[in-house]
Amino acid sequence: MQVMTQMDSQMSQDTNIKISAKNVQVHYSDNHAIKDVNVEIEDKAVTAFIGPSGCGKSTFLRCINRMNDTIDICRVTGEIKIDDEDIYDNRVDPVQLRAKVGMVFQKPNPFPKSIYDNVAYGPRIHGLSNNKAELDEVVERALRRGAIWDEVKDRLDAPGTGLSGGQQQRLCIARAVATEPQVLLMDEPCSALDPIATAQVEELIDELRKSYCVVIVTHSMQQAARVSQKTAFFHLGNLVEYGETDKIFTNPEDPRTESYISGRIG
Amino acid sequence: MSAAKNSLLSVDAHTKKRNAAEKRFKAYGLSAIIIAMLALAVLLTSVLSTGLNAFRQTYITIEVPLPETKLDKSGVRDIDVMKKVTTIGYNPLLRDGLLVAIEAAGITTELSNKDIGKLISKEAPATVRNHVLANPDVIGGSMTFNLLASGRIDGYFKGRVTMESAALDGNTSPEALQLAQDLKDAGLIQTRFNWHFIFAPDASDQRPEAAGLGVAILGSLYMMTVVLVLALPLGVAASIYLEEFSPKNRWTDLIEVNISNLAAVPSIVYGILGLAIFINFMEFNQSSPLVGGLVLTLMTLPTIIISTRASLKSVPPSIRDAALGVGASKMQSVFHHVLPLAAPGILTGTIIGLAQALGETAPLLLIGMVAFVREYPAAYSADAGLFGEASTALPVQVFNWTQRADPGFVERASGAIITLLVFLLIMNTIAIILRRKFERRW
Repeated sequence: MQVMTQMDSQMSQDTNIKISAKNVQVHYSDNHAIKDVNVEIEDKAVTAFIGPSGCGKSTFLRCINRMNDTIDICRVTGEIKIDDEDIYDNRVDPVQLRAKVGMVFQKPNPFPKSIYDNVAYGPRIHGLSNNKAELDEVVERALRRGAIWDEVKDRLDAPGTGLSGGQQQRLCIARAVATEPQVLLMDEPCSALDPIATAQVEELIDELRKSYCVVIVTHSMQQAARVSQKTAFFHLGNLVEYGETDKIFTNPEDPRTESYISGRIG
Repeated sequence: MSAAKNSLLSVDAHTKKRNAAEKRFKAYGLSAIIIAMLALAVLLTSVLSTGLNAFRQTYITIEVPLPETKLDKSGVRDIDVMKKVTTIGYNPLLRDGLLVAIEAAGITTELSNKDIGKLISKEAPATVRNHVLANPDVIGGSMTFNLLASGRIDGYFKGRVTMESAALDGNTSPEALQLAQDLKDAGLIQTRFNWHFIFAPDASDQRPEAAGLGVAILGSLYMMTVVLVLALPLGVAASIYLEEFSPKNRWTDLIEVNISNLAAVPSIVYGILGLAIFINFMEFNQSSPLVGGLVLTLMTLPTIIISTRASLKSVPPSIRDAALGVGASKMQSVFHHVLPLAAPGILTGTIIGLAQALGETAPLLLIGMVAFVREYPAAYSADAGLFGEASTALPVQVFNWTQRADPGFVERASGAIITLLVFLLIMNTIAIILRRKFERRW
């Protein structure tokens, strides 16, 4: 917590833009998946990417922490800046970037280890704690922030894979925040969860907004409306419309957005 | 009519046909398993019925006189003088001891003294001589020895040799067998567990009763060590590189095809390769476990690589994503998460590869491991190294013994097969235990 507040005060006051993308193009071999996307994402807010399947929203999300690097045929051009630093600069080590930009995946994917080890893994490999007591503290803080501490505090040694789906996803969120990232990317985090677990995760996302820049990809327009402040609508690799969530859902400018939101395409 | 056709209570023709097909299929499967079990049962019975006898051996207990006049002409226990008395010089002493024992037991026989001497194995004089040379103090008195009975006598007590077969046999006679029976009744001949078979080296054609598996087991053990130390790290490292790090291009495709092909190459080809490279070109010792191990390593590598790659592939990609997502490097994600999950599969593949290597004969014949080795290799020799001395291996020993003329070697060969099977069983058990252990952790 202390680290975060310190960082907050150090942040420049004049701009609230955390991530800015300019002319981003993504190709999978010959397939042009993302076409010239420009977007500026605010800090301390939830930005939702919506759009029909295959529109490129997940691909674009994975560009932000360079997870696309692991796909051989994927080629990214353009410029994505986080805090005014180009993350595709040759000097950037994607490993360091991913510590700063955490990610939660569509399917809960806890490591087949204990709950404690799941959360402690990131801090351990990044050397965020000097001893066991500090690590315990880091783990507890992360689990609290993942809103799962009360449910698992008595069985930290139990395997993470033994939790229910919703608990697993919150554990994954706790794991992602344990490395003290500044940006949290979520790729359809609720699509494998039941409505109750979804509600819990959404509540958690709203809570996380206070400390992080959260970007969420979702299929559910209701979810986007519920949790996000800004919404970006992707269609066929284009960023069609980007703006305040309220405006996108009540008064969209582009006819394609309107068709999608009213259920005519997608 | 139509109501009956649609009723759920009566099964229609189509469903009947389907159910019959299912029943037939189950019957095929069951009969396949029964045939397999029968084959296994027949194999085990035949091997066990002949082979278990190799683990028992017949010994004659006699007191052997050790006169100084015969064994030490110097009279001062000069070892060089004593060594001049060969095993031939010990022969009459053993015979005398046996004659005295027969007389003391009150047994009468029509056999000549020479034929009585044949009851004792040709290996026995060497046993006595070695003991005397090691303990010169015993000269001058006499000493009780448990000496190997000859192969025919041993065979008689195991049911291999009968009075009828002995009548036709130039090496023994019904009278000799009768004498042996009398000696047994007198308590001078016993058949008991044969540690010798497990620890002694091989023996020549005329003395199957002395032949043991010691050198073969040691050679196999040495070779497995070489294979494990070389093939496991090389194979696993190669698989990790190919599966996790290498770019997917024409070259890696080519390598992949080649590895699959190598797994199917007949093992004798590896023997030719080993002969050309390790013996002719690199000039390692023939028949050495080092060369054998290297050849078997080459043979086992593709198996290990293929099974390791398969188990790496079966680790869900979401685990890699999760590790990369929290900022682990590629190598950290592989070594911290993927490899532990793939470990059970890797271990199983490795042990199956090792078991295959343990039972491999053909390539070893080509690099000279078929040699007759009747001495333990030195634990370490300066010019040949730890694994450089001539040795043999379990499957080659089986091959060797099945080619020998004396029927005594049939039971030895079967005994060797049993030993080989026991080792394979142990290895598979270890594989299963390790698997369980690793899987339980997750």
